[in-house]
Amino acid sequence: MTDVRAQNMSVSLGGKALIEDVSFCLKRGEFVALLGPNGAGKTTALRALLGLEKLRTGEASLAGTKVGALSPLQRARQVAYLPQARPLAWPNRVKDIVALGRFSHGAAMGKLKGTDLAAVESAIAACDITHLSDRNAETLSGGELARVHCARAMAAQAPFLIADEPVAALDPRHQFRVMDLMSAYVKDGGGALVVLHDVALAAHYADRLIFMKDGRIKSSGTPLQVLSSKSLAEIYGVRADVKGRSVVIHGIL
Amino acid sequence: MTSDRGLIAGLSLACTAALIAACLLGSTPMGLPRVLAAIAGQGPAGDSLVIWQIRLPRALAAFMVGGALGVSGAALQGLLRNPLAEPGVLGVSSAAVLGATLSLYYGLTAISPWALPIASIIGALIATAIIALAAIRTQSVVTLILIGVGLSSFAGAAMSLLMNFAPNPFSLSDMVNWMLGSVSNRSYREIGFAAPFMAVGFAVLYGARRGLSALTLGEEAASGLGLNLKVQRISIVLGAGLATGAAVSIAGAIGFVGIVAPHIVRPFVGHDPARSLLPSALLAGLFLVIADIGVRLLPTQSELKLGVVAAIFGAPAFIWIALQRGRRHD
Repeated sequence: MTDVRAQNMSVSLGGKALIEDVSFCLKRGEFVALLGPNGAGKTTALRALLGLEKLRTGEASLAGTKVGALSPLQRARQVAYLPQARPLAWPNRVKDIVALGRFSHGAAMGKLKGTDLAAVESAIAACDITHLSDRNAETLSGGELARVHCARAMAAQAPFLIADEPVAALDPRHQFRVMDLMSAYVKDGGGALVVLHDVALAAHYADRLIFMKDGRIKSSGTPLQVLSSKSLAEIYGVRADVKGRSVVIHGIL
Repeated sequence: MTSDRGLIAGLSLACTAALIAACLLGSTPMGLPRVLAAIAGQGPAGDSLVIWQIRLPRALAAFMVGGALGVSGAALQGLLRNPLAEPGVLGVSSAAVLGATLSLYYGLTAISPWALPIASIIGALIATAIIALAAIRTQSVVTLILIGVGLSSFAGAAMSLLMNFAPNPFSLSDMVNWMLGSVSNRSYREIGFAAPFMAVGFAVLYGARRGLSALTLGEEAASGLGLNLKVQRISIVLGAGLATGAAVSIAGAIGFVGIVAPHIVRPFVGHDPARSLLPSALLAGLFLVIADIGVRLLPTQSELKLGVVAAIFGAPAFIWIALQRGRRHD
């Protein structure tokens, strides 16, 4: 049972349900995109899966073990998490930021050796930021920074990756570059759960799409199974043409 | 790592040199041979009294106070992810001073010599906890610093009240000394009562240093990395409260040294909050030892207070750091 599993998770905040009865699973070697309008509860679902939200009902488990029973470090060695907000407090060097990905393995910034060093170097090479590795992260462009954060998440060499809008605010080329990185990670045997707003991009890359709305899962399946003009109208309230994996959105309904 | 070692070795050497210089220099001029003889226990009894009982404890007090404030500043900056955080600015020092003054005012110090350090540590812990609780609710550093201003003002008002009611001029001047910050006439006794708390505070902060690196990425990503945020916050609050409270119990309020030292250190340790802890402590200790030598040597009518000197240099540095930051952020 090497999978990440959410079973009937519900989370409430101040009496208001943020997510309700959310169940899904993520296997290794699988690319799953989590989609839905703003406020659908996608981020809450990710956080609940990581054990960062208090569950009202249900449970989240990692390879058969309840997330709550794992220490934060044990959990982090299983799942790398790339949150939506990615602030940097200090003007650190790129390779020191990537090195933080080894935190759960006990490595310290700037004092890497052995497997930690190898993991950081291979993540830096995989994300094509070798030429930036000694740069001050504050001097990077948005696209470069996005790759640095990907490298940080991948340096953990965790079997699973959860990313919250990793391509937000990137130009099309950089969106594809970041998605290619995630895709390569999945080909190497990782399982990725990625929140996306771009339905076309999700359809292009993901093996499976999960649509959420109003805190609940509306549909889940391969792009061919779940994508249709009707389903996009119901979930987003938009007019869309769907042909196979290609999605074109024309406007609002 | 090697550059870190070099930095720490260099700073340790400078601190040792400054401590020796502090023993050499003073209002009674004594040459190196006389000082060495006194240290070795030879020479006139008066010399060895001046060195061992007056100059050395005073210099050690300045060093320890600086070290405690430097490490607290560096740790709080790492936790709050802001270069302007510091025990003085956040109102932690003034709260500790209030605690110390209360224990003096109510004569608790007569009951036990531990009363003063414990009272100032309690004051510091209350203030640090308020700041840390506020930091959970708001990410705005302006808000945190305003809360610090509020805490300082409250502590200041309470101090004024105590001064109003001071039973005699002696206790009044005692309180003023405490507010201004000074290490004059400190003995091993006062140092000894504060040292255990400082050591524990330092150990707690040092033990939590890796989490400070993780917080570079923000709290959400740090918890994703496997950091237990709650434990991290409690450790920094506890460590900084213990260290600052103990520092205040020796010297009263000495501000800004906890901002300036980490700010200078940071570029040399790759802006890693974890690696900035020890060098910040050493540099802040060095600053206060040198500043205290200056205070003793300046031919002023009544001796300047160390806290006043620290603020005269530190406050402009604080404003400068804030302006630099304003250009990059917000």
